[in-house]
Amino acid sequence: MQAPISHILPLTMIRRARMLPVNGRVLARVGQKVSATDVVADADVSNKHVILNIRRALNLSAQDDLQKIIEHRVGDKVQEGDVIAETSGVFKRVVYAPVSGQIVSISGGQVLLEVQGDHFKLLAGLNGEVTEVIPEQGVILEAHGALIQGVWGNGRINMGMLLNLAQEAGKELTGEMLDVSMRGAVVLGGHCSSPEVLRIGMDLPLRGLILGSMTSELVPVARQVDYPVIVTEGFGIYPINNIAYRILTTNERRDVCLNAVEWDRYTGERPEVVIPLPATGNLAPEVAQFKTGHTVRIKGAPYSKQVVGVLVEMLPGLTLMPNGLRVPAASVRLENNEEINIPLANLDVLD
Amino acid sequence: MTTSLVDAESVLAIDLGSVQTRVSLFDVVDGQYHFIAKGTAPSTVDAPFRDVAESVHQALDSLQEITGRVLVDSDAKIILPTKSNGAGVDRLVVTFSAGPEIRVAIAGLLADVSVGSAQNLVRTTYGKIVETIGLNDRRSPELKIDAVLAAKPDLIILSGGTESGANRSVLRLAELILMVCRVLPQEKRPDLLYAGNSTLAKKIQAVMEKWTHVHVAQNVRPTVDVEDLGPAEEMLNEVVGKIRSRQIGGLQSLATISSATPMPASHAFGRIVRFLSKVYDPVKGVLGVDLGASNTTIAAAFAGNVSVNVLPMGMGKNIKAALLEDGISDIMRWLPLHLSESVVRDYLWQKSVHPGMVPYTTETLAIEQAVARRLLQLGIQKTRDNWPQKVISFEPILASGAVLADIASASQSLLMLLDGIQPVGVTTFILDQNGLTSSLGAIGKINSILPVQVLESKAFLNLGTVISPISRSKYGTQILQVRLEYDDGNEEQFKIQQGTIVSLPLQPGQTAHIHLNPLRRTEIDISRKQRANSFRIIGGVCGAVIDARGRPLVLPQDDSRRRDLMKKWRMSLGK
Repeated sequence: MQAPISHILPLTMIRRARMLPVNGRVLARVGQKVSATDVVADADVSNKHVILNIRRALNLSAQDDLQKIIEHRVGDKVQEGDVIAETSGVFKRVVYAPVSGQIVSISGGQVLLEVQGDHFKLLAGLNGEVTEVIPEQGVILEAHGALIQGVWGNGRINMGMLLNLAQEAGKELTGEMLDVSMRGAVVLGGHCSSPEVLRIGMDLPLRGLILGSMTSELVPVARQVDYPVIVTEGFGIYPINNIAYRILTTNERRDVCLNAVEWDRYTGERPEVVIPLPATGNLAPEVAQFKTGHTVRIKGAPYSKQVVGVLVEMLPGLTLMPNGLRVPAASVRLENNEEINIPLANLDVLD
Repeated sequence: MTTSLVDAESVLAIDLGSVQTRVSLFDVVDGQYHFIAKGTAPSTVDAPFRDVAESVHQALDSLQEITGRVLVDSDAKIILPTKSNGAGVDRLVVTFSAGPEIRVAIAGLLADVSVGSAQNLVRTTYGKIVETIGLNDRRSPELKIDAVLAAKPDLIILSGGTESGANRSVLRLAELILMVCRVLPQEKRPDLLYAGNSTLAKKIQAVMEKWTHVHVAQNVRPTVDVEDLGPAEEMLNEVVGKIRSRQIGGLQSLATISSATPMPASHAFGRIVRFLSKVYDPVKGVLGVDLGASNTTIAAAFAGNVSVNVLPMGMGKNIKAALLEDGISDIMRWLPLHLSESVVRDYLWQKSVHPGMVPYTTETLAIEQAVARRLLQLGIQKTRDNWPQKVISFEPILASGAVLADIASASQSLLMLLDGIQPVGVTTFILDQNGLTSSLGAIGKINSILPVQVLESKAFLNLGTVISPISRSKYGTQILQVRLEYDDGNEEQFKIQQGTIVSLPLQPGQTAHIHLNPLRRTEIDISRKQRANSFRIIGGVCGAVIDARGRPLVLPQDDSRRRDLMKKWRMSLGK
């Protein structure tokens, strides 16, 4: 049976497409080494337009040929004050561009001008190498290192040196544990239930926060802070799964890249921590089947202390659960050697 | 009903959900159409596959294993039509509820008239209104263009102008939409559905179709006083199918071998509810509720007129939506055990990031069943204004969705439905235990007999007939005497007290005459005051039930008393 997969890998090849929301300019070249916060492409993202009603402004009749009067074509860039259209004769009437921008439509005697807008900068999101450029759209990046995919992120990107404040995988991160020596670092915490911790992180400031879990009440604050927050297990009180914990703690003081996008199941983009390493990894599979021997993660209650185990047997038919439900299930051995039956729907393969 | 099957044919129905892909096989057995079996597989609509073909094949593998029937050839293609050796099927239909929400911008004239009707139209399918522009909108044309562009719609619905009404204002809106289309690159231009003054349809189509896909439907507001969504709803669902074909990998190729255009599951669900309303009591109407992972569909039909509402709240990805409506307290009050608000909130967030997760503990099952009750309540609240009747009285109520069919006992399902919908009068509850309703709605397009015969078969579960009297008496007062007269001549009598729910001993399929003697001005069926108080009933899996808990159902404020009462109600219906 097909299984959902999360990559928690000490060394792998990471290949990611970074694409602009609208067509723009790709700044990076094939072969270029980039860091997570480098701008690889940019675009003018304009959400403002101006309509110039030429016929009305120049007091023209329906019979007048506007093509002769309008001095630009669709696609032309104009500066504020440029002549857009003018009548001939001694007493010319003129329409000037009220703002700088680009003409995006000429129709029915009206010129639609796209006002020069914000400059959208596309960050690399990870330290790696540009392996492909998709003209006007984006780049393909490749990197080698450790990869930890999370389940929730607050939409920010940054990188910094990793500091471990989780002496145990489930240790709660409190405000007292943060101090000025952590300025500019990416902090690893087990669980967080205090909005104050997130606010202190912004004051320091931190460059990122990796948590095993946090209470859902923190979501609004986490969305406000200006550094990336990645949650690896979910909402409630869960420790970081022990595989991710080992990878993160053994890489303490290395630079880590946090791309805390919200998980988009449709595109597959999800929050992830990348730790660039001076070694070569292989590309991990994107699909998996549930099989004996697989390392699996339990996604929900009640196994909030041990979230990872080994699949020891796919159980035939339907299995009775403690709440009386009968569902397809597997037998999973936890790290303490306890074997439990868990619904397949509540497992994902860690690979 | 026995109908001669002149061109008996097997039908395979594929239902593409956001969590599960389901394939259901129907065929003729002993001269009648029957549901044979279903196969399921996790959906592959999302990454990394982003193509439904994989999950369809996995579900077909499962179906082949269950039935022993060969349905796909060596190239993994569905065998169509059936071969002489019995392999394959004759017809194929496809329904879908999976895929990202369809972003819809509305352009119309008056807020309460054409704009309102267009908004009602969007609510009949998997659409999310992302921008609305109208005649009384004070924004400049530039700002309106900017707003529509920023909203990134997949579809713009242009309505406005009664059949003898405004022309110029509608054309101005069309010009604005044209500008939006001209600004965007071709692949990002939204489709246009025109459902306004029909005299302008050709003109608008001629101008706009150079720029985008244009679809024309009948005017949703032919006169100021009349809203007519039916024909536009059909067209909208076709448009949704086309947009989905571009969004969902593999849907297009399924469409090419399907006997009918792939249909949104909510629309197909509504078709069955509409059909049932033609068969059952035209005064009371038929109600259908489908609690899906991403959406909740409420369909109410009266004498062949159906009103479908799709709410963007469900039991999976959109489970948090119930939280956002009125906060968590309206979910907490339906919990029969003590849990803290933070535990409940965290579970809902966790479920939203893992939509396929099933409840493992008694506590998490209780949370999901509490959410189901709240979603049903919200669904009824948000849709009942569209119904011709004031009271919630339907016959029957058809219920679908995994939370009702897969992760609850029959009595738990019935109690969730009663708590959430709170009907009055006499109602039969039918559970779609195999998730077939939408598939049958789609099959109805190509085979009108099959849905009828399958609906009458054991594929659907009769939960029981529920009588919900209305009384103003105090809690504990006797409000009803019930005499149950069995076919073998035996009788049993029951005294019903206000505030109780009582299961009457009637085996599934067993018939009996029920005689009701209301006391103290108790009313049995306020939608039909003349209805006789003696009638024949058929037992469901929960027997027959008298729900005398009152309407609206008022839960005690005291938490422990409330929880005790809920446990008592649950015990009254059995586990």
